[in-house]
Amino acid sequence: MKQLFIRNSVLIRNSKVLKNGQLLMQEPEDLQLSKFLKNIYKERKLKYPKFFKMDRLSKLGYLGAEILTNGQIEDENTALFFANSASSLQTDEAYAESMEEFPSPSLFVYTLPNILLGEISIRHRLNSENIFFVFQDFDAGLFVDYVSTLFSQGKTENALCGWVNLHNNDYDVFLWEIALSGGIDFNEEELKKLYLPTHE
Amino acid sequence: MSDLHTELKKSIIEQLNLEDMEVSDIENDEHLFGDGLGLDSIDALELIVLLEKDYGIKLTDPNQGKEIFNSINTMAAFIEKNRTR
Repeated sequence: MKQLFIRNSVLIRNSKVLKNGQLLMQEPEDLQLSKFLKNIYKERKLKYPKFFKMDRLSKLGYLGAEILTNGQIEDENTALFFANSASSLQTDEAYAESMEEFPSPSLFVYTLPNILLGEISIRHRLNSENIFFVFQDFDAGLFVDYVSTLFSQGKTENALCGWVNLHNNDYDVFLWEIALSGGIDFNEEELKKLYLPTHE
Repeated sequence: MSDLHTELKKSIIEQLNLEDMEVSDIENDEHLFGDGLGLDSIDALELIVLLEKDYGIKLTDPNQGKEIFNSINTMAAFIEKNRTR
């Protein structure tokens, strides 16, 4: 098994944005999610009008990836491995509501969680392996096993991983990069440490 | 500019989430798709929904869309002629 490393990580949680443990941004806890997301977009000086068309789950993933990579993924074969527990339920519910009158096409296209991966792939022009799992809880072991297998099979030399969960506007975002060199050892224990500090 | 033109621009900005865009940014004869406003295929579907919801117009022939959604001018002309509300 190849030795892998966690290069950078990002947390978006409780109206805060942290990169590699450093607080980048903090907003009032009672700020609406939609405003919080827009504020991150503006604060980071992003220029990607498609952002405004995304559902909130994709916005969270897109913003996390932008912050994690500083807007640049150099390797177009960077694999994406993401998971959450609520799938795309929040958008599914909004779409179901719209069906009572006029079903919304722009909501419909986001009624799958892996659309988030499509958004990141389009933004960074990736042609790579990607998968989105739905687990009950954050499962560090599964991330380690799956990503290690991808690297061992020679399918990728870089990976962008994430737990991007959203339900009833409660969100929990944790993204990190895996590479063959640099950073912290990629194992279950280290991954849990990065995920858990502010998650209490 | 007629009230309908302004109303359409406001609806498009709101329905299609064209953030940071104002009514005055959209020219009446500007192409809505392609090089103009840069709308995409999902936006086209939203415009079809908008026609039905706001003006009671149901598009039966999807091929009509290309002509109708060419610009605000073409949309407004089509609505004036076919609106039921």
